[in-house]
Amino acid sequence: MIRLEDLTKTFATPNGLVVAADKVNMEVPTGEICILLGPSGCGKTTALKMINRLIAPTSGRILINGEDTSKLNDIELRRNIGYVIQQIGLFPNMTIEENICVVPKLVGWDMKKAKSRAAELLDLVGLDPRHFLRRYPKELSGGQQQRVGVIRALAADPPVMLMDEPFGAIDPINREIIQDEFLKMQAALKKTIMFVSHDIDEAVKMGDKIAIFRAGKIEQYDSPDRILAHPANAFVADFVGADRTLKRLRLVTAEEVARADAASAARSASVADVRQSLASSGERIAVVIDGDHHPVGFVTADELQGASGRIGDFAHPLPASVPVRADLRAVVSEMFAHDTMWLACTDDNGRYAGVVTQPAVTAALRATYGGANAGAA
Amino acid sequence: MRHAIAQSIGLGRAAMLAVGLLAGLWVANSGLLDQIMVYWDDIAFLSRQHMVLVAASGGAAILVGVPVGIWLSRPSAERYAETVMQVFNIGTTIPTLAVIALSMTILGIGFPPAFFGLFVASLLPIVRNTYAGLLAVPSHLKEAATGMGMTPIQILWQVELPNALYVIFSGIRTALAINVGTTPLAFLIGGGGLGELIFTGIDLMDTGMLLAGAVPTAMLAVLVDFLMGQAQLRLIPKGVNPLR
Ligand SMILES: Nc1ncnc2c1ncn2[C@@H]1O[C@H](COP(=O)(O)OP(=O)(O)O)[C@@H](O)[C@H]1O
Ligand SMILES: [Mg+2]
Repeated sequence: MIRLEDLTKTFATPNGLVVAADKVNMEVPTGEICILLGPSGCGKTTALKMINRLIAPTSGRILINGEDTSKLNDIELRRNIGYVIQQIGLFPNMTIEENICVVPKLVGWDMKKAKSRAAELLDLVGLDPRHFLRRYPKELSGGQQQRVGVIRALAADPPVMLMDEPFGAIDPINREIIQDEFLKMQAALKKTIMFVSHDIDEAVKMGDKIAIFRAGKIEQYDSPDRILAHPANAFVADFVGADRTLKRLRLVTAEEVARADAASAARSASVADVRQSLASSGERIAVVIDGDHHPVGFVTADELQGASGRIGDFAHPLPASVPVRADLRAVVSEMFAHDTMWLACTDDNGRYAGVVTQPAVTAALRATYGGANAGAA
Repeated sequence: MRHAIAQSIGLGRAAMLAVGLLAGLWVANSGLLDQIMVYWDDIAFLSRQHMVLVAASGGAAILVGVPVGIWLSRPSAERYAETVMQVFNIGTTIPTLAVIALSMTILGIGFPPAFFGLFVASLLPIVRNTYAGLLAVPSHLKEAATGMGMTPIQILWQVELPNALYVIFSGIRTALAINVGTTPLAFLIGGGGLGELIFTGIDLMDTGMLLAGAVPTAMLAVLVDFLMGQAQLRLIPKGVNPLR
């Protein structure tokens, strides 16, 4: 757990005092990612660097797991905190292996253990150790360097990580990939992470909590969904953008709003039976599934009126289907693309997993807006 | 780009070798070789003296220049670093011959003033390149190193010096070139060396004697530069060596 108490930093500059951090109070629970978000110059980096004491606070306290860091030796403190900077900062004179082994060596691991750790970490981010251990940073692409920068910070397994715009220097496509990789690692590692970003999309994607900064002050510290749904003031609302409701779509997966019990029918089922069950449940469509339980089409209640035979003969092809893991932004995008009010969902094996409808999506968005007055709505 | 540099260095070497070979052929054919070989004993003795001067003054300049450059680049020396560098820069505008003459007025004649004059002449490029090379190490590397928990000494040895090494080496190479080129002047203040054959040869209008001093001096200069070039190519780690 990281706790900041009344943390303040003023810089004396030729143009007078600059207050880079103004009585910042916040707490990051163990195992969570907290994003420090805000426009350039609002004090995010300053706040971060006070935690590993690259910048000495003017006043206030920093506690890591309850321990006041000003009581600790700077060098010891830093060796126990992983640090990733935007410029990546791999040492050009060292091989990738040597770069990763820097902190393990500093804290006195034996070389064999450090080296096998380096290989293991490279593997973890999909870089083949046999190819990469002996290379120099200049022989790697930007995205590969970025990955090495992250695993170098993880090398000695520090409980706390500080990351200053760690994925800022790479192209958007690689950034998404590395973000996903990192989230996957974090799910297993459960580090306590302070993460600086100026990108609201990144913040919403990566953060358990987001702290929005303006001129050294925290304007709002909340979960991504609450920040998007209930911005505390005009500044926050403006910063997160007019499309903040659409951004919230990324926070919910299809699984959470899909109706798993929506009507379905085997191709070989008789029309009469399906008409019967649709009539009794009041539903107007049924998804048609094949022998492997894959969704292959749909039938409407209207067309089954007065008909007979097998369902397969009445099935229309499905316009599209979406994985249940997809976020609602992808779902809505598919709906708009195919001009449909509903989509069938599939699980990891492509089997039918329910139906997600436009009203269900809007209801999900409304649910958080309900917030305090949910009962009234 | 890197290839172009390496290639042009390769070309320069080849051209130098060719010129050397032609000069050698000419010297051998014109009968000058015999005139030079008359002085073989002098050449052997004076070359040794010459090389001792180069090695001692150059070595001392490295041993003093690199630490001074390091010291000037430390944040604690920031206030005087620029002033010190200015003084050094003004120092280089003084012709080496004047430096040697001045050191004679203080230290008398013989080895000490020659050593001292050459030492001073070689010092500046080493100090300047060490200082500039260390300052040019990107600050984010130092920040990353500090943030990872390296001590200032560890940062100096493991990050700053390796990354400045190429520039420092270039300074040493320049310094030694200046040193080797200036060493013949040592004779003028009784420091000995191959200058004795050159200057006496000039005085006596004895071409053989003059060449007996000039040819080994030239060969030594080429050899030293070649060795420094090789060292720069091979000793500097691949990750920070623009030649590799
Ligand atoms: N070393 C410093 N000296 C003076 N002012 C500084 C220094 N570092 C940062 N600042 C000022 O503090 C403010 C916050 O900077 P910073 O934390 O780097 O912002 P951010 O990371 O959010 O872009 C800015 O106004 C910046 O100019
Ligand atoms: Mg910043």
